[in-house]
Amino acid sequence: MNASELQSSYELVVVGGGPAGLAAATLAAKAGVQTVLFDENPGVGGQIYRGITNTPVADRAILGEDYWAGAVLASEAEASGATIVNGATVWSLDPNRLVGVSIAGQARMVKTQRVIVATGSMERPFPIPGWTLPGVMTAGAAQTVLKAQGLVPTGRTIMAGCGPLLWLLAAQLLRAGAKIEAILDTAPRINWLKAAMHLPGFLLSPYWSKGLALLREVKAKAPVIAAHRVEAHGKDKLSEVVFATGAGERRMKADLLLLHHGVVPNVNLAMAAGVAHRWNSRQLCFEPVVDADFATSLRGIAVAGDGAGIAGGTAAAERGRIAAIAAVQALRPAASVMDVQTVRQSLAREEMGRAFLDALYQPAPSFRRPTGDTIACRCEEVTARQVRDTADLGCEGPNQMKAFLRCGMGPCQGRLCGLTVTELIAEQRRSTPDEVGYYRLRPPVKPITLAELASLPKTEAERKAVER
Amino acid sequence: MFKRLSKPRGETGEAVSLKVDGKPIRARAGDTVAGAMLAAGVDRFRTTPVTESPRAPYCLMGVCFDCLVTIDGVGSRQACLVPVREGMAVETQIGKREAGR
Repeated sequence: MNASELQSSYELVVVGGGPAGLAAATLAAKAGVQTVLFDENPGVGGQIYRGITNTPVADRAILGEDYWAGAVLASEAEASGATIVNGATVWSLDPNRLVGVSIAGQARMVKTQRVIVATGSMERPFPIPGWTLPGVMTAGAAQTVLKAQGLVPTGRTIMAGCGPLLWLLAAQLLRAGAKIEAILDTAPRINWLKAAMHLPGFLLSPYWSKGLALLREVKAKAPVIAAHRVEAHGKDKLSEVVFATGAGERRMKADLLLLHHGVVPNVNLAMAAGVAHRWNSRQLCFEPVVDADFATSLRGIAVAGDGAGIAGGTAAAERGRIAAIAAVQALRPAASVMDVQTVRQSLAREEMGRAFLDALYQPAPSFRRPTGDTIACRCEEVTARQVRDTADLGCEGPNQMKAFLRCGMGPCQGRLCGLTVTELIAEQRRSTPDEVGYYRLRPPVKPITLAELASLPKTEAERKAVER
Repeated sequence: MFKRLSKPRGETGEAVSLKVDGKPIRARAGDTVAGAMLAAGVDRFRTTPVTESPRAPYCLMGVCFDCLVTIDGVGSRQACLVPVREGMAVETQIGKREAGR
């Protein structure tokens, strides 16, 4: 679809085509709400169901049945009557629900009565020495090219970190024929103590048996080594991984290092709109303040899915449905929708094991608050020492830090350094992340060209207002 | 760093041709530019504007911006989000900030 085919307004705009966005758009459109879903990727599915409509991975066992479950969401959305636009980048959202979107180089402003932001999650920054070297990637990156393009790592591959996704990816890569030299498990032993109190809920959740089976599968085929420090070494690309174990330092030659310390909400769009956020001390990230219907502090704007706090893909779909039911009830009070209580119950079941996983896989402070010359801001190449020293000089927050160091001002707009900079400042100033706050984000939240801006339709009055 | 799975589904093979810094590479229809470049063995997508150190994709999902390349003359496109097209001309972005670009 071209930008010129878009209507100037819709009743509901859904941003993001992962499980939350697909489920929300399906439910709303079926209830008769005029719905458009914008997704920036070439196909729907988000990250968890990436490539679900056209993956070249033929052997279903490689990605596993949980992946293929996404095909139902995608086909239901396709059949729902919602307008689904891929390759559509939403770069602006304001409190009055004016949505700036770009499709193939053409920009449009779309008005809407309701917005469901379903921008999902991204992997937590993993600031270690050498993490900017070619050959160092996130685990999610390797999973993305496996799902969407059928690419499998060759050469010496090492994985490092902790979290459910790390084990899932390891299993998928092994099934796809990749060889993993080592998995460096960074989960601190002490986490078990903190996690233990949440064990009963976890044992009742679907994650329990699945998780155990994954661990067994991976540990049978790849060496797992506990490591409390990990460094990537190399000149122009990765050549060696150096890590510290209980028995001393070890080195392994490597071509690819895949990092993962869990995922955090992708907050940029909601924050730039002005949605109130707060620090989640269990998941160690900022998340929007939402009510039981995932409504935010801004009227008519909801955040559903992992963007509202991490709970996983299946929970994301339920959250999308709950937000969509609220939208339908506001826009079409007479329309019949599914009973929201039933959805809430399913969601509660999905969320049950979360507290255990959050506690067990909470990354150690040394992996979140780097020291010395380790790069904190990848774009502007600002080091941890610079951020710490500047905080010691009296810099109180991330926004002032931008003025001193330019951190957060590169193309990623703070996505890969925001949490690190907040936590570093909090540590230096003996404050808390909530007190320190996050970067003030502003639209455009994705870069757009001047030509795209210039392609916005202009009225005669607007033209006259700037012409002499 | 990466190779293609040997038995892909519904395969058309590497039917799309594009150029990276003038050198022809083949891609699968449905590849992103970043995926095609990784499959072709490209391990430097750009150098940083600050210290000119080499970078390659880190996240492949549109958030890290390390895969920025010039595509058909438009600079700083996210290679991980743009699908390949026949005849596409991709250039890696090398060197410090260019004010005039």
